[in-house]
Amino acid sequence: MAHIALTEGLPGIRGPMVFSPETTKPLCELVQVLLSGPHSLTPAEREMIATYVSSENDCYYCQHCHGSTAAQHLGGSEKEYEFVAAMKRDFESTALSPKMKALLNIAGKVQKGGKQVTTADVERARLQGATDKEIHDTVLIAAAFCMFNRYVDGLATWQPHDPDVYREIGQHTARLGYVGRDYKKPLESIAAKKGSPIGKVTGS
Amino acid sequence: MAHIQVPEGMPGIVGPLAFSPDTARPLLELAEVLLRGPNTLSSAEREMIAAHVSYRNDCDFCQLSHSAAAAAHLNGNFELVEQIKVNPESADVSDKLKALVKIAGKVQQGGKQVSAGDVSLAREHGATDKEIHDTVLIAAAFCMYNRYVDGLATWQPREPEAYREMGEQLAHQGYRLRESPKAAQA
Repeated sequence: MAHIALTEGLPGIRGPMVFSPETTKPLCELVQVLLSGPHSLTPAEREMIATYVSSENDCYYCQHCHGSTAAQHLGGSEKEYEFVAAMKRDFESTALSPKMKALLNIAGKVQKGGKQVTTADVERARLQGATDKEIHDTVLIAAAFCMFNRYVDGLATWQPHDPDVYREIGQHTARLGYVGRDYKKPLESIAAKKGSPIGKVTGS
Repeated sequence: MAHIQVPEGMPGIVGPLAFSPDTARPLLELAEVLLRGPNTLSSAEREMIAAHVSYRNDCDFCQLSHSAAAAAHLNGNFELVEQIKVNPESADVSDKLKALVKIAGKVQQGGKQVSAGDVSLAREHGATDKEIHDTVLIAAAFCMYNRYVDGLATWQPREPEAYREMGEQLAHQGYRLRESPKAAQA
């Protein structure tokens, strides 16, 4: 059960988002610019940075939402979901570009702490063609997910383990982005299985 | 030297904010709502939570600037801010704030570290769901800001005196970007 009273049936960050609309607005705008806006890194690449950091922070909801969104951007078949899972386990041995590997290395350092990022880490990314903006955005995506992960786990939100839930979320997000969405709307994959009315408030 | 080319002479987060205005807007709006928006926790209390988390993350710029902002809300009581940062259990603040700072410290270590017992203690001392929510989000947000500032190796003055004026500005004018007079008239 969550640490505070949240709307039932809303997984992960959606409960706190609906609880606190005034903070949700800047949070959604931030993630939209970072992951969905125009960029020299593809949305799939940026979603993978978010997924990797969330996996290192052991946040089930965030790593599966963003992993699924990345897989959907890449095509959405089982093969892409397996690629994202392999990236989380050991990105250095995947077929990702040397630039992406260098950026994921920086993201992993940020997850441990800002001071862990060394000049050599940045130099490696630059040698593979990373720009200042790509390095800046990698650091900020990694830092932002150290926030989102703690927000989701720090309130002990409900995080279902049904892959259908994350497939649905990934499909929606890859298509629609993060702003202007109705996060109160129940997910079909949850409503179909629970067979109970969703929307009432429970909790402590 | 910073890891990327940010404008010279801008301390801490100010350089990256100028480098990336598209992300600066939501980052500053979030800080404004969390630290200065209408709330049953005072701005001084919320700034002290931010300073405590930034101190634990060893981020000089954030802990000194938010200490200065907290002190500006407290008529210059830097001593109390220092207590909350370093040893909140023995600080001269309410039991509710002590319990919330404890939750913030757990969030700094990792979201899963917050226990039902930590939340019950805060509730016993009168904390509401919104206060608990905001404490968790302030702590989480400073785990972001601190990593942003240190992860880019920004320039950070170490002397607390360098932050006094900034603290006054943050406390009394807030976090939103100031619009130019021309834009304000439009």
